[in-house]
Amino acid sequence: MASLDDLKKRIASVKSTQKITKAMKMVAAAKLRRAQESAEKGRPYSEKMNNIILNLSSGISDKENSPKLLSGSGNDKVHLCVVMTSDRGLCGGFNSNIIKKAKSYFTKLTESGKDLKIITVGSKGNDQLKRAFGDKIIANISFKESKHANYFDAEKVGKMVIEKFGAEEFDVCTIFYNQFKNVITQIPQAQQIIPLNVENLEEDKSEDSYEFEPDEDEILSNLLPKNISTQIFKAMLENSASEQGSRMSAMDNATRNAGEMVDKLTIEYNRSRQAAITKELIEIISGAESL
Amino acid sequence: MSEEFKVEIVNPEKSFLVKEDVSEVVVPAFEGEMGILKDHISIISFLKPGIIKILSKSGDENFYVEDGIVEFKNNNLSILTSSIFNLNDFDKTKQQELLKQAEDEASKPEINDQSKYLVDQKVEVLKSIN
Repeated sequence: MASLDDLKKRIASVKSTQKITKAMKMVAAAKLRRAQESAEKGRPYSEKMNNIILNLSSGISDKENSPKLLSGSGNDKVHLCVVMTSDRGLCGGFNSNIIKKAKSYFTKLTESGKDLKIITVGSKGNDQLKRAFGDKIIANISFKESKHANYFDAEKVGKMVIEKFGAEEFDVCTIFYNQFKNVITQIPQAQQIIPLNVENLEEDKSEDSYEFEPDEDEILSNLLPKNISTQIFKAMLENSASEQGSRMSAMDNATRNAGEMVDKLTIEYNRSRQAAITKELIEIISGAESL
Repeated sequence: MSEEFKVEIVNPEKSFLVKEDVSEVVVPAFEGEMGILKDHISIISFLKPGIIKILSKSGDENFYVEDGIVEFKNNNLSILTSSIFNLNDFDKTKQQELLKQAEDEASKPEINDQSKYLVDQKVEVLKSIN
């Protein structure tokens, strides 16, 4: 059995760990509120964008010559996957869930003979994918400096994707992120952004047709790159809310576990203290008896 | 009958401005300035750098935008833009900063015609403010 001193030290160390996890939980809770707010505020933009694109693409007359970002490059050979993770750890299953989802998708792709290219956003994803898919990773982007998800960062990723698409480096682009449902539930998502899956967008049936200035094609080809950035930005917002939520519940669990451990250790400590006292008493009594 | 309609400006981070009592909005559409009044036909267009003027009962407002999309439908005007500034709190330093950025971009050798046109517009508009 551990000595009294050892037990005391262990209790102290568990207690200080508990303090840290508790503080992290508080911080995560505060950040979560902000992240959730900005995710909600960002929603109208992407919704409106979706609606406009939907209206445009349903009104487009010449499907053959529609912009490549909408109709695809005509091939289905090279897949680009943008895996979005966090830059920090200690957030429960947040990163591993995305990675798991991405990995199973990657395996499916390679099995069906498709080429794979990966861009990782956030250093944690890069760390985890490096081992198995290191040779497929073409870029790693990390936004450690920026405190919140901002559109500027999303645009950077978006521009990179579009540039690569323009250079015909890939045919299909999918982004991986965690969708925020609530604090305990985050759903890893795979969303195809190039070519745009128009059928998946919610249809807002509008009877009246639009006037376009300039014509549809030109607007579409201007709008689609913006939409890519918007989708990525949306994913970033969802991700940051999910990250904080996931961290909060992970830290909550850790705090609770630490509490249980302290209780258990305290009982053990008391018991062995009592045992030591009893032992001493027996020694004294039997010493007195033998006199 | 009232001659007012609703305008909503959203940027990716939040809903920037919502106004219900707007009588006219002038937007710098790609092919020239466009004034929108109530019961305008449904239209989608995109913006070039310029000034958005919003005229309403509760006072006029001016905004500087760099890009964006406008959609008008059922007397709802939506403006989606990623870079918008209210001219009231648009100070000299900010203006100079943006102007410098635009001029730098314009002097890049690899710039193509369309973006050159847009950047030139930006420079012009920024210079005309104040």
